[in-house]
Amino acid sequence: MANNNIGPKRLVVGAHFGLRDWLAQRLTAIVMAVYTVILLVAFLSGSNFSYEGWAGLFAQQWFKIATFVTFLSLLYHAWVGMRDVWMDYVTVSVGLRLVFHVATILWLIGCAGWAAQIIWRM
Amino acid sequence: MSEAVNKNRRKYGVMSFAQTRHYRLPLAGIVSILHRVSGMLMFLLIPFVLYLLDKSLTSEISFEYFKGFTSHWFVKLVILALVWSYLHHFCAGVRHLFMDMHIGLDKDSGRKSAVGVFAVSLPLTALVALKLFGAF
Repeated sequence: MANNNIGPKRLVVGAHFGLRDWLAQRLTAIVMAVYTVILLVAFLSGSNFSYEGWAGLFAQQWFKIATFVTFLSLLYHAWVGMRDVWMDYVTVSVGLRLVFHVATILWLIGCAGWAAQIIWRM
Repeated sequence: MSEAVNKNRRKYGVMSFAQTRHYRLPLAGIVSILHRVSGMLMFLLIPFVLYLLDKSLTSEISFEYFKGFTSHWFVKLVILALVWSYLHHFCAGVRHLFMDMHIGLDKDSGRKSAVGVFAVSLPLTALVALKLFGAF
């Protein structure tokens, strides 16, 4: 019997396809929501709106780590979201979609590098 | 089986943009498409936000530059677009999380929660706009 379930004939459907990304998108969203609350509390409870106050907040190590973790969450969250968008709208060719996927990954990794530099330079 | 899948796929492809204009979206649909639009906008403007963060943190001199840069009306407009995107994406996202837990899935409550998203995100955006452009 010929194996007709390989290559382009393979049926890519079934349980838990994409479940992990779906769940990761939700959890990273919660991380960002928590960081938003932390940032708002730190900002609104502060009285020093000068450079010292702002830079002082970002000088603390726990805040640097929280900011960086949130940025990595953002990176994964945006990857899942943008991949969904490309999968839905860029349907004319698989090659073109791959270009958009790779461009999204490069864009996000570049941004992550810059974010790390900003957070730990000072 | 895979042949049947492929046949259907050819018959009912993705609709074109021109076709979408014949549909009147329900309010929940508007929330949904704006969730995408706001997400894409924020994705594209990550470097802009990082630039602002960079300038605001590097030194006192760059902080002064940051203050001057963000006092330009067009920069304020971009910031306002980002603030709206964030607020809408946040509210629509919270709505999503409730729906993931099978809360409010029927048509009627879907519409009500869509109204709720706009009722929270738009007044807050207006408040930020007033603050940004110096009304108080």
